[in-house]
This record gives sequence, structure tokens and C-alpha cells, in this order.
Amino acid sequence: MTREVLIAGFGGQGVLAMGRTLTEAGLKEGYNVTWVPSYGPEMRGGTANCSVVISTEPIGSPVVAQPTELIAMNGPSLARFEPLVDAGGLVLVNSSQVENPACRADVRCYLVPCMEEAGKLGNFKVANMIMLGAYIQATNALKLDTLKEMLATVFTGPKAHLVALNIKALEVGASYVKEG
Amino acid sequence: MSMQKELWKGNEAIAEAAIRAGCQAYFGYPITPQNEIPEYMSRRMPQAGGVFVQAESEIAAINMVYGASAVGVRAMTSSSSPGISLKQEGISYLVGANLPAVIVNMMRGGPGLGTIQPGQADYFQATRSPGHGDGHMIVLAPASIQEAVDLMWDAFALADQYLTPVMVLADGMIGQMMEPISWKRDQPLPEVDKPWAADGRDGDGKTHFVTSLRLKSADNERFVQDLAQRYRQIQENEVRYEATDCENAEIIIAAFGTTARIASTAVRQLRADGVKAGLFRPITVWPYPDQALRQLVLQDSVKAVLTVEMNLGQMHEDVRLAVRGDKPTPFYGRTGGMVPEPRDIARAAQEALQEVSE
Amino acid sequence: MSTQVVYQRSRGLQDVETHYCPGCHHGVIHKLIAEVLVEMDLLDSAVGVSPVGCAVLAGNYFNCDFVEAAHGRAPAVATGIKRVKPEMLVFTYQGDGDLASIGAAEIVHAAMRGERFTTIFINNAIYGMTGGQMAPTTLVGQKSTTTQAGRDPLQHGQPIRMAEMLSTLDGMAYCERVCVADMGNLHRAKRAIKKAFTLQQQGVGHTFVEFLSTCPTNWGMSPVDAGKWVLSDMAKVYPLGVVKDVPKEEKA
Repeated sequence: MTREVLIAGFGGQGVLAMGRTLTEAGLKEGYNVTWVPSYGPEMRGGTANCSVVISTEPIGSPVVAQPTELIAMNGPSLARFEPLVDAGGLVLVNSSQVENPACRADVRCYLVPCMEEAGKLGNFKVANMIMLGAYIQATNALKLDTLKEMLATVFTGPKAHLVALNIKALEVGASYVKEG
Repeated sequence: MSMQKELWKGNEAIAEAAIRAGCQAYFGYPITPQNEIPEYMSRRMPQAGGVFVQAESEIAAINMVYGASAVGVRAMTSSSSPGISLKQEGISYLVGANLPAVIVNMMRGGPGLGTIQPGQADYFQATRSPGHGDGHMIVLAPASIQEAVDLMWDAFALADQYLTPVMVLADGMIGQMMEPISWKRDQPLPEVDKPWAADGRDGDGKTHFVTSLRLKSADNERFVQDLAQRYRQIQENEVRYEATDCENAEIIIAAFGTTARIASTAVRQLRADGVKAGLFRPITVWPYPDQALRQLVLQDSVKAVLTVEMNLGQMHEDVRLAVRGDKPTPFYGRTGGMVPEPRDIARAAQEALQEVSE
Repeated sequence: MSTQVVYQRSRGLQDVETHYCPGCHHGVIHKLIAEVLVEMDLLDSAVGVSPVGCAVLAGNYFNCDFVEAAHGRAPAVATGIKRVKPEMLVFTYQGDGDLASIGAAEIVHAAMRGERFTTIFINNAIYGMTGGQMAPTTLVGQKSTTTQAGRDPLQHGQPIRMAEMLSTLDGMAYCERVCVADMGNLHRAKRAIKKAFTLQQQGVGHTFVEFLSTCPTNWGMSPVDAGKWVLSDMAKVYPLGVVKDVPKEEKA
């Protein structure tokens, strides 16, 4: 099993953090993992993307050229990267920030209104966790419980109250795929 | 010793490994894609009781390394291609003064400012002769963060053993990516006696003069001959490589660093398609594993050796020197910051085999 | 018959002949540094950093440890040394091409950081070792092999006053310009070296002593005339005296 995930969006949407969380969770479940960010000037205020590979095999190329799965957090990312996705692959779209979202016919596609749902939860910062919940639900790549356990170690002390919020965000995202 | 896997960014892992291996001083200057090394060092070195200085230039940084090393302290610097060009002068002086030092190069695409994306076009600069003069340095080329971490211990140990600069030659990919590692080696290297260090006169009043100046040509030739003798020892004892699936292979792919790990996926794809492909990966690119490659290439089964690099054919020269015309030596490269894909390498291998069968 | 020793070589110097030309002030300046090292009992714990230039072989002449630097890089080399061996007395010994031209960035930033080593700057207004080319400190009108009609400000710019320029930096603690062209100045020069080394030990910041020096060979003068020219011509462009003394200013 090898999953090659491309996560892309605006800087500030938590794109790199989403990738790192996914990578860390993959490691916790015993997979080989790599994470590569886009780096340098293109990060500043523009688009950000990262490649995540989760595999039972040793990982050769850490760069995802033909993603098996794409998470597009905005319109430009969907336009730029969707053509690269493997036929039969998965595309998750943050429909809150894509006008007239539509996917290729030969991919599995879910629209997740991350911003609206994050707004309902009272914190726009959890938009990326909503998307991550949808990704886990859509792929079964990792267990949702692994992520939940990680959240408890990431948010501690004065930030401990964020654990419940982020778990809720994961669940909201997952529900979009169930209903989808 | 903790063997638990931890997720680390390449640049930070290398910096931490250097400190754990016993590096006591870091001098550097910012340049992408290695900025996390000075950033991490600025934070961690003082905690570890070591020295961090952000120098005014790469030139100053390598000369600070020269100064610290001249008084017997384990020191390092890091940079990326354009900055390494500036360090060449200092590296030549390190060679000329018999000083140990470690230099990390997170290569990016050149020439000139080029790009900040990964490249391997500093191979000649690293392996032929650093700066001016008849010198060499040991050049270690990791293909993963784990290997880069492990090699930091070797880099400092080899530098002290052979009194030579050692370069860890990686690229922006290894610097920027994250990958799980375990801390296999957790003990700092033992202190080494450095009777030559200019750290104060000996008890009998004997002074030390660390210099690369030998005005009499005969003296200088003798020094360079001594260097050459040491280089022969290094070539005999320190060659490292990894050969995977090369026995009875019909095509051997030769690649180093990031390109080698990408090629390993190509080899798996080729094997799945029924092509007997193997991967030859030098870990020391100087000294080059010339004999090891040659022996594998001379197997009857081998029809061609395909060199793959992120440049236009630099290690290719070493491969051709090893093969000496006995087998075809095609080349596939991407350059300027472009990273090859496994399927491109596999296709190049298929084409190479087709060409030799025609 | 009894003999009386009236003069002898400093213990701070090796018992060897130097390669310096007759009338060159390097030898006298070496002696002053050596005497101060002896008087302050620093021979065992001092390290000098020599330049590229006529003083490239200084490590063969001093009776303390030495490190030879690449051209202009002595302040960076000394930074590396002092940072890892703060207990050592560290000084660089650099000429005008080394310090004011190719190594301008290194000395500016070492002074900016207030590096706790001492710079001994030898300004003789010419490139000596390479055969008399223009230095950044060459006087206007002064002839050199690359300014054969004399230094022309429009073509070559005007002399750079390193002591004054570096004194604008907050990291500079003590900066004095001296010479050894007569006995009074020689005594002042020795006191300046001792003061710089003492302040270095106190860790107050960067310490810098600029020597106006001679090059009879490339100036085309006799040793005596060269010494006179230091006082008559050079000192007009490069005034002798204390340029900056932070510890003293703070006391006042």
C-alpha cells in the first residue's frame, strides 16, 4: 500500500500542518512516511503545498508527482493539481473557498465546506482538521482514533481545551464523507 | 539509547546529530534551503555548551571554522551551492593546513543564483578539488535523513582521523523533508589528542604554527605528496557504497543521494515489469567506489550502466572511469532544480536496454 | 673585564632572522608586542593570527602560538579562536591590503560584534609583499606601481581611515593610532598594545591599534627618510592618538 497525498492551498490555511499531522499519524501506525513542503519565496503569501507519502514499502521518491489523493483547500490548487491525480484517485475540495466546485469524472470527489463548518464550531482555525477528518473517512488510510490520541499530546496545559474542539472538527469532516 | 522512531526535518536532524556527535562550534550564514541548520544551532548550541556565530558571509563562516579547528575544537559550517562556492577558498586553506572540519552542503539548482529547489550540480566542485591546489576532501552523500544523521558521526570522526575537511553532500530535498529516524548513535565521539593545535605553548615552551604556507617548492611538494599518501589510505579504507539487486542484473542504475532513493522506486517498477534492474549507490562520492562498481559492471549479465543525477552528467564521469568503455554508459539527468520521477528513470532504463539490444 | 648587557632580544621572539627589509618597522612592532606578551606573562596562552602580506611568516618569529589566515580573513579566524578559547589572548596582525581592502567586511563585522580580540593594524600606505602596488591607504599623489603618476582621487578614491571608520561601531571599545618613528611615539605605541591586551582580558569589546609604518623599499626612500615621512606626511592624513576609549569615557 502506498498513498501519495498532495495537500495544497493558501498560506495560512494550515496546509503544511495538516500534512505534518497526517505524517505523524502514519508513523504512529507503523507506516513508512515522508513529508516534503514547498519551500522558499512561493510560501510567502502565495500558495503552499506539501507532499505526504504513507507506505508499507520503503519510500523512494518523497515528491508526489501523480497524487493518489489530492486535498485542495482553494480554487487555484484544484485547478493546478487536479489534472495530475491518478485516474480512480480521490479529490477532496474545500468547497467554502472554491467557486462552482466540480471534479473530473474519473476521480472520487467530495466537497467539504470547511470554513462554514469551522465557523459553526466557532473557530476558523479548525478548517484543516475538518478536512483531515474527511480525508481519513474517505480513505481509511489511518484510524481516526490515532489522530484523536495525538491531539491529546499536542494540546496540553492552557491549550488542553482545544482537544475536544479538534476532535469535534475531525468528526464533522468525517460526517461529510458518510453523507456524501 | 532510544531506538524509537521520531519524525524530524532533515536540516534540524543534521544539526542535532552534529551536536550529539560532539561538534562544539557552528559558524554559518543564511541561505535557502538550509536555513533550519543555523536556526536550530542558534538555539541548541548554547544549551549544549557550544558556540554559535552567525557570520557576516560564507567566507567569514568557513574561516571561523578554520580558526576554531586550528585551536583543536570540533567545528562545522553549512550552506547551499552558491554559499559553498564562496567557501571554496577556506576549504583549500583547511586542506593546506591539515585541519579537520565538517561542511554540510544542501545543494540547490545552479548555476549562479539558480533556484532554491534541489540539485546535485556541485558534484564536481565537491569531488574534484575543493578550491585551488592539489587537495581533496572526503565527501559523504546521504540518501535519507536517517543516513544523514548517522553520517554526521562519521564525518567528524573521519575529519579528525585524516586531518581533512569532510563534506556532507545532500540537497534541498533532504534538508526540507521530514522522515522518521531513530538515534542509533547517542554517544559523542571521544576527544582526540591534537598536539598540533595552536591552543597555547606546550610545557617545554614549544610553539605551534598552523599554516598552509610552504614557500620552498620542495617543501610544498613534499606536503602535497604526504597528502596524496593520505588520500591513498582513504581510498583503500573508507570507500562506502550500497549495491541493491545488482547481482545478475541486466542493467545497473548508478545514482547518489536523493536521486538514488528515487531510482530505488524505479528499480522496483522495472523488476515488477520483468526487467532485472539493480541500483548502485555510492555513499562516499570521494573516494569513489570505483572497484566495487567495476566488478559489478563486469558481470556477463550486465548490458548497460545508466547514471542518473540531478545535473547534466557529473558523477557520470566517475562511472565512465570505472567502466572504462567495457559496457555502454548511458545517462539520464534532470537539472536546474527539477527532480526526476521514478517512471522517467524506469523509462530511461528501458530505452537504454533497447538501444544495446539493437 | 666584565660585560654589561645593555640590549637583548625579547623572550617573546624566536632566535631567528626575519625576512623584513632594512628600515621596515615590522621588526620593531613585533618586538613591542613580544615585550608586552612577556611583561603580561602571556606567551603560553596567546595566539596570533598572521595575514597575507609581508607579515605572513610572523608565526616563525614570535615565541607564542600562531595561525596563518587567508588574505583578509584574520578577523574571522580570530573570531573562531576567541569564541571557542575565550581564556586565550588572541590578536591579529594585519596589513593595509589585508585589513582595509580584501578583508574590509571581516574587520567591520568583528568590530561590530565587539569580538574580544585585539587587532594590530599595520598601515604603510602600500602593498609591500607584492611589490609596491596601491593600497586603500595610499596617500593622494603617492606613487605606486599601479598609480605611477600618483594616486588620483578621481580615479582611485581617497585614503581610508580605518581607525576612525571602525570607531563608529558600538562594538569597538578602544582604538588608537600610533607609530614607532621616534622614541616618544615608540613608548606610546607599546603602552597602546598593553592597554589593548589588558582591555581584551577585561572583555570590554574589540580593541584596535593602528600603526603607521614604513616601506622604504617600495617607497623608494632610505630607512631614515621613511621614518621621517611617517611623521611629516602620513600622520597628517592619519592623525596619531586615541580615537576611541570607551572604558575611559565611561569613567569620566
